[in-house]
Amino acid sequence: MTDRSQHIVILGAASAIAEATARIWAQSGASFVLVARDTSRLEAIAANLKTRGAKEAVAWPLDCATADASAELDKMIAALGGLDVLLLAYGDLGDQAEMERNPEAAAKLIQTNFTSAAAWCLAATAVLEKQREGALIVIGSVAGDRGRRSNFIYGATKGGLARLVEGAAHKLAPIGARAVLIQPGFIDTPMTAQIKKGPLWAKPEQIAPAIAASAQNGGPIIYVPGFWRLIMLVIRNLPTFVFNKLNI
Amino acid sequence: MIQSSFVARDDALSWGRVMRERQKVAHPRFCDELPSLLRDPSAASKLPVGLLRSYGDSCLNGAGALIEMCGLDRFMDFDAETGVLRAEAGVSLSELLRLSVPKGWFAPTTPGTRFVTLGGALANDVHGKNHHRAGSIGRHVRAFGLLRSDRGRQTVTPQNDPELFASTIGGLGLTGIVEWVELQLARIGGAFLDVEIIPYGKLEDFWPLAEESVSDYEHTVAWIDCASRGEKSGRGIFSRANWIADSAYDLHDDRSWKRVFIEAPGMALNRLTVGAFNEAYHRANSAKAGKSRQHYAPFFYPLDAIGGWNKLYGRRGMLQYQCVVPRETQRDAIRALLDVIADSGQASFLAVLKTFGDLPSPGLLSFPRPGATLALDFPFRGDTTLKLMARLDAIVADAGGALYPAKDGRMSGDMFRRSFPKWGKFMKDPALESDFWRRVTQ
Repeated sequence: MTDRSQHIVILGAASAIAEATARIWAQSGASFVLVARDTSRLEAIAANLKTRGAKEAVAWPLDCATADASAELDKMIAALGGLDVLLLAYGDLGDQAEMERNPEAAAKLIQTNFTSAAAWCLAATAVLEKQREGALIVIGSVAGDRGRRSNFIYGATKGGLARLVEGAAHKLAPIGARAVLIQPGFIDTPMTAQIKKGPLWAKPEQIAPAIAASAQNGGPIIYVPGFWRLIMLVIRNLPTFVFNKLNI
Repeated sequence: MIQSSFVARDDALSWGRVMRERQKVAHPRFCDELPSLLRDPSAASKLPVGLLRSYGDSCLNGAGALIEMCGLDRFMDFDAETGVLRAEAGVSLSELLRLSVPKGWFAPTTPGTRFVTLGGALANDVHGKNHHRAGSIGRHVRAFGLLRSDRGRQTVTPQNDPELFASTIGGLGLTGIVEWVELQLARIGGAFLDVEIIPYGKLEDFWPLAEESVSDYEHTVAWIDCASRGEKSGRGIFSRANWIADSAYDLHDDRSWKRVFIEAPGMALNRLTVGAFNEAYHRANSAKAGKSRQHYAPFFYPLDAIGGWNKLYGRRGMLQYQCVVPRETQRDAIRALLDVIADSGQASFLAVLKTFGDLPSPGLLSFPRPGATLALDFPFRGDTTLKLMARLDAIVADAGGALYPAKDGRMSGDMFRRSFPKWGKFMKDPALESDFWRRVTQ
């Protein structure tokens, strides 16, 4: 890997998908700022990345959902000495039934998954635009591709974020920088621990190589595993009268 | 912050795939999740487990719950000068080697699969082909972090708490949750071994070969044809090896194209197919007799090349039988065991015979001890298999031998107490249980 991916900020660094991806970057000697709420978790991750070859890994305890994105990002870049990749990997699943009853719960999820994430994306896009290189990688969800009764509030936050990242990619494309939206299908992580797993499920370490490689090329929308592009093409294009009969 | 909890699963099976009880499993990723899992009132007892490579019920806890530790798979520190590695308990041997081999370090000893966790290796005090040089893995454990329901967290070393150390090494995960392990690795000068294959015609030829090889070879083991009878009884393939110091540090590859996806039909392994396999294996290896340069992966982990090989035993699964008999009685006892096995016609193609050295195992419930160890698989056929194993037990007990809990799914309480006479001093954590432990102590 080239120098391009050497300075990496990971928001939601304690997520299983982010950690699996960071391990790949660590092997080529990247420097990290690792952001999440819990210090002890971040320190365990940082020690692992350093043992695996990271040049530096700084634990940066912070609640991404409530932080001042632009100011914090400036501090992180100063600490790192540059920004080649920003991976945004935090987010919540929320409880659809609870959020339909309780607007505050819905607002909280929207704040976490969309409002705060949008602020970080805008801050990162401004940096990338100025330096005319680097990549913003955002973990979205296939749930954002079409609203479904089982989780449309979560889906709306991820769908909204998808349009934002798509637009950022469009804006950055002519000047050499990039924005990428990762669309994971069903991934076996702590966030989905309570859901029964079938053959479509993948492990974080199976999708991590594609996410790590997206720092270099591809996008603006990458489905992981790749077959989800086809599944979602079908889901998006199902006629309403068929779709409405599906209990998904 | 996500805190894991217990979820009922049908896919948590031990390696033998005989026991099919549903298990409640939690998949934590961080140490801070463990205290509340240990206290969780939704399960009466808990058991920390790794990659579930134990064959029987020592890694199951149907009446309680499992805390699957594979998500705690981070390295904490590695000093490439001294070879001291500290890592979370869920790190697999495969991942450890990926880190250490390019820097010239190998596991101090290794079982026949690299898909075990450090916690599991410690909890079973595993041994390998170099037992006569290195002893069991517990001898190379410098320290570990232990979380107990009654004492909280502590760092245990052989010096600061010898009793708890001895209980936990080989302690089947029952003395507390091992959160991390500090291990002294062994220097290697390359990733390849100089391997010599020596076919031998009958059991009596094995002993002198084993004896003469101990002084000049770091690794020794024999595959043994348990289906052979009469003059050929106990014939096998002896292999012995030393590391080559040629600085070629090639890594193993876990991406295997050979994988068993579904359980084979029950009839796949029978007297005919096993006999034919053993004959073919013996001939193929006899043809390869002599010296060759071999990478550590095919040498130490030949079966890891076929993912899910245990499914070959079909829906009913298999039991493994591994015993050790003391040096004084080993020749007669192994002879007697092989005769009973050959007569039964139930033997399978994976049988291994090895002599252990004198280095003491540090655990109260450690299996390795001076003598000879025989390990083999039996396709599970209910009572027929259990009766055969009871006959083997009688021979082992008579010889003053022991059985290996990691491989067991049926030993009696009596056999357990004979195997581990010091078990009364075992410092079990009251919150932890396993199906194995309930069986042998009740």
